[in-house]
Amino acid sequence: MLRKLITGRRRLFPLSAVALGISLASGPAVAAEELRIGFVAPMTGIFAQIGKDMSNGFQMYVDEVGGNFAGAKVTFILEDGQGKPPVNVRKAEKLVRQDKVHMFIGGLLASTGYALAPVSTRLKTVYISSIAAADDLTQREASKYPLVVRTGWTSSQPNHPFGAWACEQGYKKVVTVAADYAFGYETVGGFQKTFEDCGGKVIQKIWPPLGTKDFGPFIPTIKDSADAIFTLMVGPMSLQFPKQLAAAGIKKPVMGGGTSYDEFVLPSMGDEVVGHVSALQYSAALDTPKNKAFVKKYREKYGKVPSYYSESNYTTAQMIHEVMKKTGGKWPGAKKFVQLISEVQLDSVRGPVRLDDMRNPVHNIYIRKVEKKKMHGYDQEELWNTVIKTYPNVSQFWTYKKADFLKQPVYSRTFPPCKHCE
Amino acid sequence: MSEKTKIIIVAAVLVALLAVTPFANSFVILLITQALIFAILAMSLDILLGFTGLPSLGQAAYLGVGAYLTAILATNYQFGLDGSFWVVIVLGMMLGAVTAAFFGLFAIRATGVYFLMITLALGQCVWGLAYRWNSLTGGDNGINMPGRPEFGIDLADDLTFFYVVFGFFVATLVVLHLLVKSPFGRSLVGIRESELRMRILGYNTWLHKYIAFIIAGGFGGLAGVLWAFLNGLVSPEDVILTTSVDALLMVVLGGPGTLVGATIGAGVVVFLREYLSTLVTWWQYVLGGVYVLTILYLPGGLMGIPERIRQRRTLSAAAERAKAVSASQ
Repeated sequence: MLRKLITGRRRLFPLSAVALGISLASGPAVAAEELRIGFVAPMTGIFAQIGKDMSNGFQMYVDEVGGNFAGAKVTFILEDGQGKPPVNVRKAEKLVRQDKVHMFIGGLLASTGYALAPVSTRLKTVYISSIAAADDLTQREASKYPLVVRTGWTSSQPNHPFGAWACEQGYKKVVTVAADYAFGYETVGGFQKTFEDCGGKVIQKIWPPLGTKDFGPFIPTIKDSADAIFTLMVGPMSLQFPKQLAAAGIKKPVMGGGTSYDEFVLPSMGDEVVGHVSALQYSAALDTPKNKAFVKKYREKYGKVPSYYSESNYTTAQMIHEVMKKTGGKWPGAKKFVQLISEVQLDSVRGPVRLDDMRNPVHNIYIRKVEKKKMHGYDQEELWNTVIKTYPNVSQFWTYKKADFLKQPVYSRTFPPCKHCE
Repeated sequence: MSEKTKIIIVAAVLVALLAVTPFANSFVILLITQALIFAILAMSLDILLGFTGLPSLGQAAYLGVGAYLTAILATNYQFGLDGSFWVVIVLGMMLGAVTAAFFGLFAIRATGVYFLMITLALGQCVWGLAYRWNSLTGGDNGINMPGRPEFGIDLADDLTFFYVVFGFFVATLVVLHLLVKSPFGRSLVGIRESELRMRILGYNTWLHKYIAFIIAGGFGGLAGVLWAFLNGLVSPEDVILTTSVDALLMVVLGGPGTLVGATIGAGVVVFLREYLSTLVTWWQYVLGGVYVLTILYLPGGLMGIPERIRQRRTLSAAAERAKAVSASQ
């Protein structure tokens, strides 16, 4: 027992029955290169379902290529981060120290991203943030974390074009209602910045705490003079807010940060969200052959429409594969890997993706409207995020100059200041 | 078993741990260090729960103030990253003690379940501060430590840090052992057994409990300082109720009122939580099962096992003797 504890038993996830079958069929496996990938996502707790979506997306790509990245055999090791930053840190430590992974991927919440990045620096291991969207990881603090690569997004990234879009709709005054934590601040901040740059006014900011279920105290305070409402909800909040808004008889147009209407929550939503608009780098209703095939395959395999959580990790796996193609299946070393993945240009499920020089993706941002319709040949009417406008190749700095953008502080509860608050 | 034999056994186990750890893989070294830190927290709680009979559900608060103090000093003032590490240890213990002294004013007047509720509420206050005082604590994001101290020896090396934590653990064990064996410690046990009688005998029981509460807070702060340096991240998640409950369960699992039991409990909980969870997805059932079985069958905790065995032996021996007697008649 003691010996077992000390030497450490490892749990290796055989990639798939297929991969296993192949390696068995071909007799004693040739001593190929091995690529060890650690993955941290919440598998228990309130975010468990999202964690499943994340790992499923990654796993699906690995399965598609039979666990073989250009000759390197992929070993995928999944750890449960429980949605808590300190637990994520421990699991990452375990992955690096015990499983000797080449890189670790994942982390859901922005706070988790901030917690995992220093681990990568300390243990000199690549960390790929496929979901955690904390702005500063690839902005003001990027130099502290040379081995961090982001394949997901920054919280403010889709909301920069969204603010400009809101101006185009003729909205002059907007009230924001957003979850009271870093992700909420950065989402609202991005929207407010561009919306006010083109002449709009944010006249009120309401911050319900993360996890609010009863919006009774907040909804009645929404100012009547507003033309539209901008909202950012997370998890169960996404379901409650539109319902209670409709029940309160508020008929103003609603715009939302991408996670408020993610495919992950759409099936549980009612008709009250039809017509709501949101912005993100992915929509399952994206009408491209690539995405159609992806949605069909994912739905067949896991029984639900893929969310951006799945897509992002699927694409991450694809990008790693691209790097391994270049190196011929050899692990190039952490520094070199980061450099190589920064050069990858990919026509992915979400559209063209490449990384900027701060290692954050440049990709399309889709303005999406919730509609009830049939899509991708499914014969049932469902809620889909129909793409109504595409902003191509949006970087995390939008149209601003990088240096100027980085000079301003990170978006927070107090920045940008609410100049027009009445 | 005599007191002396017990001490020899504990010492032998500690020496064995010291000898074996360097050969473990570096993740397991990390977990052993973590277990020792939580053992310090659990022992501090044992002073309250096991010896004084005060079930505190807010011990994470002292871990929290110690950890946040360490992180704030290290990030804002670069203090505690060299020889000043020792100053931070002292400051952490003092802040833990001061916090406990403040909380104690509210908590000590209550007993039983009311004490439990008040300490829970006070512990949540600390969590609330950690979560909402963004400018100081970084809110939800917490604070990342810039690294571990270096002063001649480099604590960034995990094995070195393990030895330092081991030293603090042994010191805590010895100090708390001497404390509970002292007349003051005996009077705490007296309060646990019958506070009324102690009061009639002329003891100021409020003051006794208050001092015990402060001492527990001080060692909780110590655990917090070490924890901040070990994990490299101080987050509101460290201060949540779960940490307090964990500490309480460690004590109950190991056996309250034994100190060593709290240590064993800490080891079991940390390894089930952190190691088993990397092996199987259903580790929570194991942890739950262990708790339930302990409470059902081992009210004295794991430390109660030898006693149970002895009892059973005497019982069966008595039964056999009775059988023999009845057979001979």
